[in-house]
Amino acid sequence: MPTNSPPQVPAAPEEDTAERRDAADRRDPDARRDAGQKVTGTARYAAEHTPPGCLHAVPVPATVARGEVTAVHADELLRRPGVQAVLSHTNAPRLGEAEDPTLALLQTARVPHRGWYVALVVADTLENARAAADDLRIEYATEEHDPGPPAGHPGLYAPEEANGGHPGLRERGDFDAAFATSAVRVDATYTMTAQHNHPMEPHAATAWWEDDALTVYDSSQGATKVRDVLAQLFQMPRHRVTVVSAYVGGGFGSKGTPRPQAVLASMAALHLGRPVKLALPRRELAAVVGHRAPTVQRVRIGADSDGVISALAHEVVTQTSTVKEFVEQAAVPARTMYTSPHSRTSHHVVALDVPTPSWMRAPGEASGMYALEAAMDELAVATGVDPVELRLRNEPDTEPDSGRPFSSRGLPECLRQGARLFGWEGRDPRPGVRRAGDRLTGTGVAASTYPYLLSPSSASAHAAPDGTHLVRLAATDIGTGARTVLARIAAEALDVPPASVRVELGSSALPRAPLAGGSSGTSSWGWAVHKACTALAGMVRAHSGPLPPEGLTARADTAEEAGRESPYARHAFGAQFAEVDVDTVTGEVRVRRLLGVFATGRVLSRRTARSQFIGGMTMGLGMALTESSTLDPAFGDFAERDLASYHVPVCADVPALEAHWIDEEDPHLNAMGSKGIGEIGIVGTAAAIANAVHHAVGVRLRDLPLTPDRLLPHLRA
Amino acid sequence: MDDAGATSGSRTFREGGTEERHPDPTSFVSLRINGNTHELRLDNRTTLLDTLREHLDLTGAKKGCDHGQCGACTVLVGGRRINSCLVLAVTCDEPVTTIEGLADHDRLHPLQEAFVARDALQCGYCTPGQICSAVAMLDEAAAGHPSHVTPPGRPGAGDPELLTPEEIRERMSGNICRCGAYANIVDAIQEAAR
Ligand code: FES
Ligand code: FES
Repeated sequence: MPTNSPPQVPAAPEEDTAERRDAADRRDPDARRDAGQKVTGTARYAAEHTPPGCLHAVPVPATVARGEVTAVHADELLRRPGVQAVLSHTNAPRLGEAEDPTLALLQTARVPHRGWYVALVVADTLENARAAADDLRIEYATEEHDPGPPAGHPGLYAPEEANGGHPGLRERGDFDAAFATSAVRVDATYTMTAQHNHPMEPHAATAWWEDDALTVYDSSQGATKVRDVLAQLFQMPRHRVTVVSAYVGGGFGSKGTPRPQAVLASMAALHLGRPVKLALPRRELAAVVGHRAPTVQRVRIGADSDGVISALAHEVVTQTSTVKEFVEQAAVPARTMYTSPHSRTSHHVVALDVPTPSWMRAPGEASGMYALEAAMDELAVATGVDPVELRLRNEPDTEPDSGRPFSSRGLPECLRQGARLFGWEGRDPRPGVRRAGDRLTGTGVAASTYPYLLSPSSASAHAAPDGTHLVRLAATDIGTGARTVLARIAAEALDVPPASVRVELGSSALPRAPLAGGSSGTSSWGWAVHKACTALAGMVRAHSGPLPPEGLTARADTAEEAGRESPYARHAFGAQFAEVDVDTVTGEVRVRRLLGVFATGRVLSRRTARSQFIGGMTMGLGMALTESSTLDPAFGDFAERDLASYHVPVCADVPALEAHWIDEEDPHLNAMGSKGIGEIGIVGTAAAIANAVHHAVGVRLRDLPLTPDRLLPHLRA
Repeated sequence: MDDAGATSGSRTFREGGTEERHPDPTSFVSLRINGNTHELRLDNRTTLLDTLREHLDLTGAKKGCDHGQCGACTVLVGGRRINSCLVLAVTCDEPVTTIEGLADHDRLHPLQEAFVARDALQCGYCTPGQICSAVAMLDEAAAGHPSHVTPPGRPGAGDPELLTPEEIRERMSGNICRCGAYANIVDAIQEAAR
């Protein structure tokens, strides 16, 4: 078969530009830079380095929901062949102050929630370590625990800030009065269970000490950050710690902050004076690497009979742990999306004896836009205005909350393009009327949004006499395509072919760079790369004759650029369209089609961008239909802890997916004109699917995920 | 008994006498992997996956769950796809092919090529398992094995024309990709199957 020839692309109608672009993306000749290593199994992830004498560690999670460890019976195990150490709060190295209290591991006897690590067994082989960890007897003094639920909990409070530094509460105008006098009112409460990141590579680290220097191969989204934190915990200068995150098997936020594996492996290696490798078992991840907290979201919209919004309230109730405050900022997107002269957006949170939530792909946006966009669909039904048209009617002139002008706002264009590509026009709005045999069919739409974020970064660029170039920075490619896109940015700034540019990333020994998170990697790293390469190009131009043997090097830092306050509201937008079948006998929802159109500034690498969009949409499908997590009140921990019980989408769940984008020129962003694309794909997907389910069955179900047990009672009635 | 190692790929035997009170918990294992024979002493509890990753430095097979729930560890044993985390190395007596053994020297296997061409991966952690799984899946389909979505009465899916995206999606559902590359994975497999 002709594997090297481009895939056959059917001729697209001349006017169908977005479809033609989609075909062009697929033909993009610039393959992902590390694809060769990944398809041959030669890309090495954190646990795939085995320094000589390496030992294996297996952590031991607490089995009680709250209390204290009173005894760790290590002696029994230390007599066993192969067992090298049992670390617990009684003997583990003392750590410096942990900025993130989830990293204060094995420091005290306290058990804040079930699954919290209380010991670490180290042995010569994985088999010996695992067996010993299983057998380690630990005694606890247990205490009453409070597993929630948060709704109506007396401990609820209004946090000053939600995640991302957003104010917990914002009010404009007089919501209550405006809502009370609105011609049309929607008042609906939406819930979703916790969701778990579950990157395919479990969190893993290999650590060793040599001459007072620590080296850690860590599965993380940012080597610089992990390096800084380890230096602080082990109270040593940063230059004596090196963290390598060269290949990372996904993170989706759960590897955005340093996680227990890096600390535990470093501790054990220090304690034993030998290299130690540790991969957290899959079933333990839910308790220790963060998750999207469950939310209860009440959305009220008051509008006139044409659907123009005057009053909008988005009120979020969620939970955090007693270890640290993390507030899923689900009410924040309502501050940006629609005309709303009278608005209240608020968060309330309660600290429970449960695992600590954290970032999961598009924290705040993914959860909040489910509720807001489902409520918009309810408003469309209530006013009889088409859902696409309804959103167009509520386009604000400036960002409602800040009053700032948008640097660019592609939502209307995404909605129009998407409607055309999806075949939305002429849709019969009546719910519950398209039946074929046992199946009901429906379509739905929802908007997407994600803020444009930027962090300072540094980078160096080198021109060698042989005409090649090397770009270096401590960026991380967690599958986003950072290697690929940064080479392109460099090549463009240097005006050389991308093939002449090599990108070295994934180590804290390289110029300091922010983590892969907040969809800000490409913008943050890319700007520093662009700046370094632009400077290098100038140096090369100014140089006469052949380059010196050591070549030329330029360095750049974007602290100043990134620190500048923008007078604009800067966000990416998108529109997602879904078609579903609902089986009225089994209650199963099958997505037939999913189509997204996104406006994310300039797209720098078509192929990896498309993969990011469809990857996000796929995760959104899971959020809508399959990813269900139960907080067991008896244990204060999650019941679905492995991949057999927590159902992430599999291949058969994912239908024909289409991701398109519009060419958006935005001069107010960065040197490349790019917004982030890693997270927006998951935003709005769940609402589009849930809205399609309503259109199919005629019943509004407001609790995610829409599993068969939730649908069946309504289908049989 | 004849040494069947050349054809069956491996043999295992227990060291030490039967009258020992504490039998040696290790075994000598001979494994045939990617055409090479490896003789090693292993803890009897060692899975094929851990043998590959921790003893033979063949880290292409990935550990996603260690419980047969994700497919990241998929390798070919006797040409069939299996979750190597569910196999004890001492029981493995057929030749093993891992992702490292698929390419013909520098020439990638057509499926590897197609995965690159269609960007059927992001983080790459599920990718070796996806590709090994797809290799065996295409053989299963060619041999006429039906799947859950094969219409009753169809004479098997051996005809590539019958290997629809729906068939591929069904047959590949034992391999999870959290990055959500499924749409491209299906395209890649279809392309390679042609
Ligand atoms: S690691 Fe074997 S199936 Fe997941
Ligand atoms: S490519 Fe990351 S899990 Fe499949």
